[in-house]
Amino acid sequence: MFRNVAELIEQAKADSISISEVMIRQEMDVHQRSREEVMGQMERNLVIMEEAVERGLQGVTSHSGLTGNDAVLLQKYMEKGNTLSGHLLLDAVSKAVATNEVNAAMGMICATPTAGSAGCVPGALFAVKERLQPTREQMIRFLFTAGAFGFVVANNASISGAEGGCQAEVGSAAAMASAAVVEMAGGTPEQSSEAFAITLKNMLGLVCDPVAGLVEVPCVKRNAAGASNAIVSADMALAGITSRIPCDEVIGAMYRIGRSMPSSLRETAEGGLAATPTGRRLAEMINGITKEKE
Amino acid sequence: MKYQSVFDIIGPVMVGPSSSHTAGAARIGRAARLIFGKEPTWAAVHLYGSFAKTYRGHGTDLAIVGGLLGYDTDDDRIRFALETAKKKNMKIEFIEDTAATEHPNTARVKLGTDDSSMELVGVSIGGGKVEITELNGFELRMSGNKPAILIMHNDRFGAIASVTQILAMHEINIAHMEVSRKDVGKDALMVIETDQNVEDNVMKDLEQASHINRVSRLMS
Repeated sequence: MFRNVAELIEQAKADSISISEVMIRQEMDVHQRSREEVMGQMERNLVIMEEAVERGLQGVTSHSGLTGNDAVLLQKYMEKGNTLSGHLLLDAVSKAVATNEVNAAMGMICATPTAGSAGCVPGALFAVKERLQPTREQMIRFLFTAGAFGFVVANNASISGAEGGCQAEVGSAAAMASAAVVEMAGGTPEQSSEAFAITLKNMLGLVCDPVAGLVEVPCVKRNAAGASNAIVSADMALAGITSRIPCDEVIGAMYRIGRSMPSSLRETAEGGLAATPTGRRLAEMINGITKEKE
Repeated sequence: MKYQSVFDIIGPVMVGPSSSHTAGAARIGRAARLIFGKEPTWAAVHLYGSFAKTYRGHGTDLAIVGGLLGYDTDDDRIRFALETAKKKNMKIEFIEDTAATEHPNTARVKLGTDDSSMELVGVSIGGGKVEITELNGFELRMSGNKPAILIMHNDRFGAIASVTQILAMHEINIAHMEVSRKDVGKDALMVIETDQNVEDNVMKDLEQASHINRVSRLMS
């Protein structure tokens, strides 16, 4: 099994295969499963992601009422055609938001790598899909590439907000998406790792401070930022820009930053935005409603 | 390495809103239910760290109870788990514990019926992945979503050999194995994660092996 990004790239180069192929072969090898089984399971995950986006784009509202329907607002805004950041980027943003709005409403999603960060990967995937026109297999491979990088982060750092802050969740998810966009766009394995490093560097230090402890504020909008960050960094890597700090060292930095974060900023709803006057007021309001119901 | 599969990263398919606080919590509850071997009539759940601070918002309570009812992470019925438990007269209590734990998302699940009980500690390590770290006072380490057998036995010569012999006979491959005991020569626990599900006939053979007191299993 590859233990870090350097080994992942090395394996891809040694066998002249893509990162997705390294991940697929490892999964088959370690778990003694056939290619059909492994590809089939990933396609089922892809279908769940498609359904979640579809549902979010129709409009959903969470139980607390804190989030919902922003994906619809974005799609309507895009229809006017004169957006500032352009169709593809906003499409990624709206589909990331759609996924997390469904998640906040306790709908069905696929964790990538977590539920709170589940919007970044599908948001980026379904937005670049229109531009790159991938085959179904390429879309499934997108998820294996994202998964390969996430695998390294999960084993060498953390993908838990309670352990490493939001940088470990949305930071990892955005970087995974970025690496996968590069492969789908025809970039090299090295360029995927550059995109991953660039994205994660720009997310370092991000704290996990959910208002009222709900995966809503600011999580939904952080996925919007994650998806757009992923695409911008992918473009940078495809342009030939490299990260001065190697990918594995960026992951190491993320881990150490997470370790030094106080617990108030690691998913306890005691610091950051959760501790603002408005954050506290919303928490009281929501907790009041919950207690009344009991 | 803690994470062994790409589907730990891209997955699980789950009911929102949190992979650690909802999906992971459901898996801890479900593992407890499966190891206990039947539906409990009561449960007292101690929550620590981030679990204790945010469990209502994340539906951690719904998810753990859903798991106790046997639901998996992608089961829509999780949303109504507390109501269902109430209808079934299952007595559920949640305790926000302030004790420090090694990992921020830890739950101690005590559960039982009128005549038997069990205590299990589960940790939700991120992305829906969990580790069971304690069972009835025995320390252990298992993932809770792989097939496994748990064997309470007497710490005697040959107890382990008799178990592995039965598994070999049925061509079951051991992926991970751990033995822990409280005292020399007393009660001990064997935890064996396997590549395949352990079927009824194997369970029967294991129950009849020497020095074995109780056998339970997890199926995937």
